[in-house]
Amino acid sequence: MIAKLALENGMVFTGESFGAPAEIAGEVVFNTSITGYQEILTDPSYAGQIVTMTYPLIGNYGINSQDLESVRPQVAGFVVKEYFDFYSNFRATGSLGEWLVQHNIAAIQGIDTRMLTKMIRTVGAMRGVISTADLDDADLVAKARRSPMMTGLDLAKVVTTSTPYRWDDVDPTTFALKPNLKPTMNGRRWNVVVYDYGVKHNILRRLTSYGCDLTVVPASFHAERVLEMNPDGIFLSNGPGDPAAVRYGIQNIKRLVGKKPIFGICLGHQLLGLALGGKTFKLKFGHRGANHPVKNLRTNEIEITSQNHGFAVDPDSLDPTKVEITHVNLNDGTNEGFSHRELPIFSVQYHPEASPGPHDSDYLFAQFVELMDRQHSDVSK
Amino acid sequence: MVLKDEGYRVVLVNSNPATIMTDPNLADATYVEPITPFFIEKIIAKERPSVILPTMGGQTALNAAVALAESGILDKYSVPLIGAKLEAIKKAEDRELFQEAMRHVGLETPRGRFVHSLEEALRAAEEIGLPIIIRPSFTLGGTGGGTAYNMEEFREEVEHGLRSSPIRQVLVEESVIGWKEYELEVMRDLKDNVVVICSIENFDPMGVHTGDSITVAPAQTLTDKEYQIMRDAAKKIIREIGVETGGSNIQFAVHPETGRMIVIEMNPRVSRSSALASKATGFPIAKIAAKLAVGYTLDEIPNDITKETPASFEPTIDYCVVKIPRWDFEKFKGVDDTLGVQMKSVGEAMAIGRTFKEALQKALRSLEQGRFGLGADGKDVLDVRSLAPNKREEWKKRVLDRMKMPKPDNVFYLRYAFQLGATIEELYGITRIDPWFLHNIKQIADLEEELISHGA
Repeated sequence: MIAKLALENGMVFTGESFGAPAEIAGEVVFNTSITGYQEILTDPSYAGQIVTMTYPLIGNYGINSQDLESVRPQVAGFVVKEYFDFYSNFRATGSLGEWLVQHNIAAIQGIDTRMLTKMIRTVGAMRGVISTADLDDADLVAKARRSPMMTGLDLAKVVTTSTPYRWDDVDPTTFALKPNLKPTMNGRRWNVVVYDYGVKHNILRRLTSYGCDLTVVPASFHAERVLEMNPDGIFLSNGPGDPAAVRYGIQNIKRLVGKKPIFGICLGHQLLGLALGGKTFKLKFGHRGANHPVKNLRTNEIEITSQNHGFAVDPDSLDPTKVEITHVNLNDGTNEGFSHRELPIFSVQYHPEASPGPHDSDYLFAQFVELMDRQHSDVSK
Repeated sequence: MVLKDEGYRVVLVNSNPATIMTDPNLADATYVEPITPFFIEKIIAKERPSVILPTMGGQTALNAAVALAESGILDKYSVPLIGAKLEAIKKAEDRELFQEAMRHVGLETPRGRFVHSLEEALRAAEEIGLPIIIRPSFTLGGTGGGTAYNMEEFREEVEHGLRSSPIRQVLVEESVIGWKEYELEVMRDLKDNVVVICSIENFDPMGVHTGDSITVAPAQTLTDKEYQIMRDAAKKIIREIGVETGGSNIQFAVHPETGRMIVIEMNPRVSRSSALASKATGFPIAKIAAKLAVGYTLDEIPNDITKETPASFEPTIDYCVVKIPRWDFEKFKGVDDTLGVQMKSVGEAMAIGRTFKEALQKALRSLEQGRFGLGADGKDVLDVRSLAPNKREEWKKRVLDRMKMPKPDNVFYLRYAFQLGATIEELYGITRIDPWFLHNIKQIADLEEELISHGA
């Protein structure tokens, strides 16, 4: 079946559908990871986006029942150079295409993804439409131009849980990392409230394996109610969309700052930055991939990190007397992490839970439980 | 060259006068001499270098470095090794020490036993069971190694192995023949930063020496979870072995049905695979390794390709790379052209494509052996289309029989087999080449059929 991808700049790519027959709009972005398409597709941070893989051969290892970051694919659409319906892997349970069809996700293959990626790098992330129905170029370009802009869009409210729930799963597979805890911390349990702005399951699994008993709450859950639960710590999750549009989130975080230890990842990092008086801005084409070098400014060590963000915190907008910049991206110098100088609060822009990506930054989960531990002993003194 | 640019006085020893490395402009002093302790000691005495970098000259240089260190020559002239110290080289090269190191970091190696005599070997064989791989310690390119499918072969191979090993030691080892084979190219700096430059998946399964395998970058049939476990293992290995700076190549075997991952070996040096990984990713491993050896760290060295980003990133690519070995058996009459754990190729061609199929076809053409790809070039040794229909079944059997042993031209026979109606399952059963690769070969064969059907 023919499928087309039309961009707001007037460019139209013609390829072949390998997903569901559909017509959908989204922000077209690219991801440079070679492996991990199943995790990427199910990451709620990709809501509203059409994801292009720069690696050209996709589908090779099929899909399986374990490598899920949420219960279903979350992307608006998927674009690859060459899709393989024929897969080979000992864990595979089916083909990628079948699974996309089953979840009604549009996918297109056989287009020049290198040209598309170069265009996004030059022009910036663009709105686009994938269609198997309407194949009229001018029509599709017009539809792309009419679709919503990512700036100003609150998508956390779309992907967040509707009701609070408990989470106690760890990774049951042989691929689970052992938590790297100080021996004195072994066996300790912590009550943590997770703000779900579109949380990836592997964040929940990592926190659980580090001894956290999790209560996952909706993005708009009121801060007072969180404090009533008297958790040991609060986690701010990743998620899609423009952080500045999640005003209720920023307000709630402001009420929690100084009350409890807080750890944020990705959108959670941005919301924390905004709550501490900083500003965020949209990156031209974002960071999406599994090979971003980040320098830890405290240790001078380099971590190869997994990233997925289109917005960033402006480090100059944060009060240097209150906030210490702890991590910087070595590719473009953008902010990757900060820590409050007095309060038990820190966050990172990238993804220590990996999935997909390297495990170099798993220590941040240990840092969070150690922070809760210190807070605990300070209080009990 | 890099070191010279940094202001170091470089003394180069190379036994091969035909290589660019011995160009007089490249080093401050160049010696074209055999790389043996005898000659190197004379050079040390004359040049009095401050340090020796042994990790850039392949296995030969490492062996010479070990000999120089153990005989006390390095101490005599107080020249330390940089890049990899004696202990690290020995840990990586000595299979016994290597296995112990792997156990220490919780990684699996094939079940096996080091033996120093035939009697010991026979006892070990009873425990391990056939087929068994015989690997002599400290030999170049696996010289003197082999695979035994029966006890007669086993005796023969062990005796040959013991003779080949400079320390009369061979490893008799659980066969992982037919498992999937992977390699990772890793680099480490003095600040303990480790990056993985490239993953490689071998088209030919375990049992064929990597130098004789068609290899593909990046790995094609690993999920991210599986790849990251391998990456973690590679980081643990380079640290445990203690390669201080520079590149290493680490080989893994993965069981196709269970995913069980086994560490096969590590080369604590710039190797043939590093050259492939460098060309495949644009990350100049040898050049960066030289800089790391003199104390630079990965975040201080700019990336050659992007110019703007540091060398501490891990390259990602938007293409597929295929390397195909080139053999010259016609020049070595009487030599068995069956491929095994001993390398027989004399060169290789590498190609880049946006698909595996494109890269494979380009690499086959680049071998300059008169072929223009898998087929459809009028150069086939078997013209399947001209066979009488009643002969096809017989020919299919002949082709499949021939493929039971890995041979240099098996990749062409895969196409003949598909033309004769063989299935991916049948071919996988015989060759243990991953079905994903077989499927790609079939796609090429199918497209050829389609083009012909349009022409008629």
